[in-house]
Amino acid sequence: MYHYDDYDRALVQERVAQFRDQVARRISGELTEEEFLPLRLQNGLYLQKHAYMLRVAIPYGTLSSNQLRCLARIAREHDRGYGHFTTRQNIQFNWIELAEVPDILQQLAEVEMHAIQTSGNCVRNITTEAFAGVAADELLDPRPLAEILRQWSTINPEFLFLPRKFKIALCAAEEDRAAIQMHDIGLYLYRDDAGEMRLRVLVGGGLGRTPILGQQIRDGLHWRHLLSYVEAILRVYNRHGRRDNKYKARIKILVKALGIEAFAREVEAEWQHLKDGPAELTEAEYQRVAASFDAPAYARLDDADLDFGSALARDPEFARWCARNLQPHKVPGYAAVVLSTKPGPDMPPGDVTAAQMEAVADWAERFGFGEIRIAHEQNLVLPDVPKADLHGLWRLACEQGLATANIGLLTDIIACPGGDYCALANAKSIPIAQAIQARFQDPQALQDLGELSLNISGCMNACGHHHIGNIGILGVDKGGSEWYQITLGGAQGMHSELGKVIGPSFSADEVPDVIEKVVDTYRDYREAEERFVDTVRRIGLEPFKERVYARAEVPA
Amino acid sequence: MNNLIKLLDGQARLVDDPWSLVREAQGALPEGPLILPLALWRERDGADGLLLQPDDEVEALGPLLSGVPLIAVEFPSFRDGRGYSQAYLLRTRLGWRGELRAVGDVLRDQLSHMRQCGFDAFAVREDKSAEDALKGLAGLSVLYGRSVIEPRPLFRRR
Repeated sequence: MYHYDDYDRALVQERVAQFRDQVARRISGELTEEEFLPLRLQNGLYLQKHAYMLRVAIPYGTLSSNQLRCLARIAREHDRGYGHFTTRQNIQFNWIELAEVPDILQQLAEVEMHAIQTSGNCVRNITTEAFAGVAADELLDPRPLAEILRQWSTINPEFLFLPRKFKIALCAAEEDRAAIQMHDIGLYLYRDDAGEMRLRVLVGGGLGRTPILGQQIRDGLHWRHLLSYVEAILRVYNRHGRRDNKYKARIKILVKALGIEAFAREVEAEWQHLKDGPAELTEAEYQRVAASFDAPAYARLDDADLDFGSALARDPEFARWCARNLQPHKVPGYAAVVLSTKPGPDMPPGDVTAAQMEAVADWAERFGFGEIRIAHEQNLVLPDVPKADLHGLWRLACEQGLATANIGLLTDIIACPGGDYCALANAKSIPIAQAIQARFQDPQALQDLGELSLNISGCMNACGHHHIGNIGILGVDKGGSEWYQITLGGAQGMHSELGKVIGPSFSADEVPDVIEKVVDTYRDYREAEERFVDTVRRIGLEPFKERVYARAEVPA
Repeated sequence: MNNLIKLLDGQARLVDDPWSLVREAQGALPEGPLILPLALWRERDGADGLLLQPDDEVEALGPLLSGVPLIAVEFPSFRDGRGYSQAYLLRTRLGWRGELRAVGDVLRDQLSHMRQCGFDAFAVREDKSAEDALKGLAGLSVLYGRSVIEPRPLFRRR
């Protein structure tokens, strides 16, 4: 993984000092809350319902064991013993004292971490998929360009006060696990016939109040032009994006208003001034950054490991976990392991205790190369585990409650913190997730349902990405009480789709029944091995609506 | 109260301000040198300074700029970042070399970004101490990307 050099260290240290001074000026009253707001947001600090919430950046979801231990220490010493991993691969602490924030940032700086630009109307944490560098279907490693983009977008003076937040994701595998169509800029990296790295650039995607999938603005962009092209997009957006209405300020609204062709012409005209200038990336810089991401010292292993094979044969629980929670690795004899943070009703999705973080940090060293990834589904990933060690790891993970065999299944719910924590939420998310998890506890039945994503957001801001869940649940406020709207057919990946609303919303109590009816309908209609989302695509919403809303039509 | 900071030979100083900023033309214009909004500025030819609003398209100004003594860029709110891009364009694309002044909601914690984008004068909001705002001008020592005053990104300076 990337290691700071003197510049990176100096920047983060100076930033801690700068923010320490800003916090002191806020506490003394020299800065009003209004003046402090954008400053604290640019440092990932929110004022939530009960306390301050600090969002720490995990660039492209990559952590070292030491960094994870530092997060565990912060959870213990400054929070209530846990942290919450988010869909942007960051971690949030929910119970933070303002006066302690500078010290927390200092602790983070010591392990090469920060909270810069995890919020605010600026370029946010750059994301890639959690399996970057190890996925068997990877075309290229997206991490060097992600790191180059991270640096370029960090405290870039012209783009710190954009009309609205700005999210960039990068993907370079056959399957898109970084949800690039849901980003302000989505970058797809590949090699052309001559072996040169090229970029397909998507723009104007995003969820929230107006969900829109990103559209292609350019293909075949040479990687050397990455920064100048992104700069051109950002300058057009900064100058022409709407600022009169917060809900219409994202770049997707500008792209939609102009149309992709007209928007592309604007960007192209701007880019002509920049493309051969000093922002053009150099081979030397690429190699310098890429050296950080060189493959670790993998052992030469057989792809078929005897111990692993026999463990699979004698331990069906382990075999079920392996079938769900492993991702094929590009190096023979290794697997990437997903540790589920969704054990069921006892723990909100994405929440991880300090003890669990410490255990995972140890496993990463013992069974891998000291590296951990955060998936945008809010799970933890150990990217490099020899197959021979999987059984041992699984037993330890069972003890820590991190071995639920539900990756990609209905109970692997993506959920935002919702009304329990978030000041913006209209409704709770966690109890809904828990009620659904409680209803679907039978592992056999879950397994039988197969691949099915269920995403919950507590408000229109869609932090739980409900639009792209096969089943989406959106908390809505009606006359001061909490209701839940259901969407079906959403999907992420290469065939991304936005879910469609099935009809009037439900009370919290009704939600598990509704989900059960939806799932039963799928069972009735599915053909052979058909996935849930494919059945929805084939038969449409009608059969689901009929089942879910049937009661109203039955005479008393 | 005088709240104008200017960069003179790279040094930030509090200076006296001879200019009067006119945002809207109501009644008689003040005496002395004036900074006027675009429409009013167009009506008079003379030695007036120009005040740009965030919507004003700077590219269209091109040839008009020769002979202008000063350009002020309005920040209606310190959270409105359009002025940064306007400054970038004025300096790098239109070749403006004269005084480029940030006016409006101009606060200490934004000054270093403004400076990076090419501003060399800062009319600090009047209820704030300009003396204090001087401290914000330094910013951080590391800039990864590029800016008007440092057009080479860090990777070309390593």
